Amino acid sequence: MTEGITTPGAGWRRAGGSDVAGDGVRAYSNGAGRRRKGGRRGGRKGRGGEVPMVEDVEFTSYYGRPIIKPPVWKSPDVPLYLFLGGAAGSSAILGALADVSGRPALTRVSRLTAGGGSILSVVFLIHDLGRPERFLHMLRVIKPTSPLSIGSYILAPFSAAAGATAAVELLGWFPRLKRFGGAVAALFGGPLATYTGVLLANTAVPSWHAPHRELPFVFGGSAMAAGGGITMAFTPVAEAGPSRKMAVTGAAIELAVVHRVENGHGIVSEPFHEGRPGTLLRAAKACTAAGAAVTVVAGRRRAGAVVAGALLAAGSLLTRFGVFEAGMASARDPKYTVVPQRERLAARQNGHASTTTR
Amino acid sequence: MTTVSSASPAFTGKDPQNRLFGPLPDVAAEAGYQEDHPARVGFFTDTSVCIGCKACEVACKEWNTLPMDDSYGTRDTLGLSGMSYDNTGQLGANTWRHVAFIEQVRTVDLPMPSVGPPPDAAASRRDGIVDAPDEAEPGDSVVTAQTSVLNAEALSEYDPQTSQSGDREIRWLMASDVCKHCTHAGCLDVCPTGALFRTEFGTVVVQGDICNGCGYCVPSCPYGVINQRKDDGRVFKCTMCYDRLTDGLQPACATACPTQSIQFGNLDELQARADARLETLKRQGVETARLYGRDEDDGVGGNGAFFLLLDEPEVYGLPPDPIVTTRDLPAMWRSAAAAAAMMVGVALSAVLGSRRR
Repeated sequence: MTEGITTPGAGWRRAGGSDVAGDGVRAYSNGAGRRRKGGRRGGRKGRGGEVPMVEDVEFTSYYGRPIIKPPVWKSPDVPLYLFLGGAAGSSAILGALADVSGRPALTRVSRLTAGGGSILSVVFLIHDLGRPERFLHMLRVIKPTSPLSIGSYILAPFSAAAGATAAVELLGWFPRLKRFGGAVAALFGGPLATYTGVLLANTAVPSWHAPHRELPFVFGGSAMAAGGGITMAFTPVAEAGPSRKMAVTGAAIELAVVHRVENGHGIVSEPFHEGRPGTLLRAAKACTAAGAAVTVVAGRRRAGAVVAGALLAAGSLLTRFGVFEAGMASARDPKYTVVPQRERLAARQNGHASTTTR
Repeated sequence: MTTVSSASPAFTGKDPQNRLFGPLPDVAAEAGYQEDHPARVGFFTDTSVCIGCKACEVACKEWNTLPMDDSYGTRDTLGLSGMSYDNTGQLGANTWRHVAFIEQVRTVDLPMPSVGPPPDAAASRRDGIVDAPDEAEPGDSVVTAQTSVLNAEALSEYDPQTSQSGDREIRWLMASDVCKHCTHAGCLDVCPTGALFRTEFGTVVVQGDICNGCGYCVPSCPYGVINQRKDDGRVFKCTMCYDRLTDGLQPACATACPTQSIQFGNLDELQARADARLETLKRQGVETARLYGRDEDDGVGGNGAFFLLLDEPEVYGLPPDPIVTTRDLPAMWRSAAAAAAMMVGVALSAVLGSRRR
């Protein structure tokens, strides 16, 4: 791979390709590109002008075709799974703590949310498989290198415990078993909500892999906003204090970390701003911020709690769809695969440390 | 021998044996095979002698009974891509060999955007003809132009893919792409069912009776090789003709290749052969020749199927610097654990911080 770099292309251009938009050699000069260029200019000055750089970053592709394959995961199955898993996970934690601290109404609502969400999320996950009848093959081996394998071993006990707890809650049987089931669900609730961030990040999809440290926090925050919002909407306001606090904190974390995802990763942050994913994420931020604000202002009134809960849940749902779609968009455009890798190579050649950390 | 593969490095990030990332001398032994397993095999695809006949594609389809599809992977449709002689388009579930076609031109009497010192071969040729000025002088562009003309002549002399007419030079790049059978294979790492496995030959193969079509391997491949067959639900990719290998035969594509562009053999022998071939081409003045996937220190620990290319990888639709996604997995797991702990902390403080009725 280090051969021939000193004479990139040796002047070869694709025949008839330069005037065809969308493929061949293409320049990018949008916001992210400009920012990046500025950074580069500074770097060049620092090394006495010996680093050759073109003004407009160009990249080549094979007839504009994507390099990596876009995920075959279906929408809305997978975004809904991400949302429901998150809401169920945070509700389970809240339910167990509410149980211990003597809040029967909140406990009941949390358990039903956790149970319902977990069962539904399992349904969506199985429906997304190419061979749904083989879903039990997920538990055939355990592989720490596969987030989906670890996730299956989180989801299976969680949905069993949360589903059973919700069922006995409805039937009113076995109060002590209920407490145990709720505790088991709470144990797996946090990992269930955050492993999905790893699930998306551990791919070659540029806009998912680059923010791999942030995504679990985005999904964790989003899960708390959704879980807190849903339980707040169905619990008497006098008992729903913990829901409100968790929802507002979760919303704040979600907004803060999403901001970093959207702005901290150069060109691969671009899909989070543009097109459908951009629209979805703007709507998500508006819903989440409004939901948090309504919670603070009017969360202690019934109507306010319902409106705030709905807004927070909608915000969380839209965040999942937005992040999902942004990744799909980044996979479909070879720009997001080639340009960062070229920059990584150039940095390595110029003696910089690699920008990606191990 | 361990029973749980790659268990601790995935969580801890401590990876002294390079089980997640980096060079791996014996990939089959790392996967749990005994000492007497066969040597690692691979493909060396020398694109400088590819004539674009697509015999490899046909042989692969025939042997593996792959269904017909168009250049976007749609089953049972016949379609022209409309972009070149390439109507196969891409690797996918039904296409395990893909011949890429790129027509290129360059003007030979203009200075080339040459950077850095010219290669030794070109420099020595130039010294015989022109009085070479100092390399840093402004007149360097004249020399570069001279060099590139000479290089063009060298190319058309040695490279069957290049021809020259007047001031323009035209060449066709043709390259047969295939699954890279990476040392650290993203698809294999993320497969939750164990359907993907490492064979005793060091290759990576999907077991069709295990795969449940979760699709996780599809976006995890940094090369975009593996894909799902929509009507079937499962994923498919090159097996390096595992069935033929176990019977002592060569893979179908390598057997069919008429120019030995596709060479099959033990990986270490192929690597030595490729190094020698690159040396020859460089000596002949083909300055853009380079090996791709040969470097064991690259992001996937080197490829089992590697290439000799005549241009940048992305020209052929290959990623310039692929990295196995699992390299960063320890950091992701730590982040997920921290986020889960954060959730419990927030919930706990929310409960403790709220007044009881």
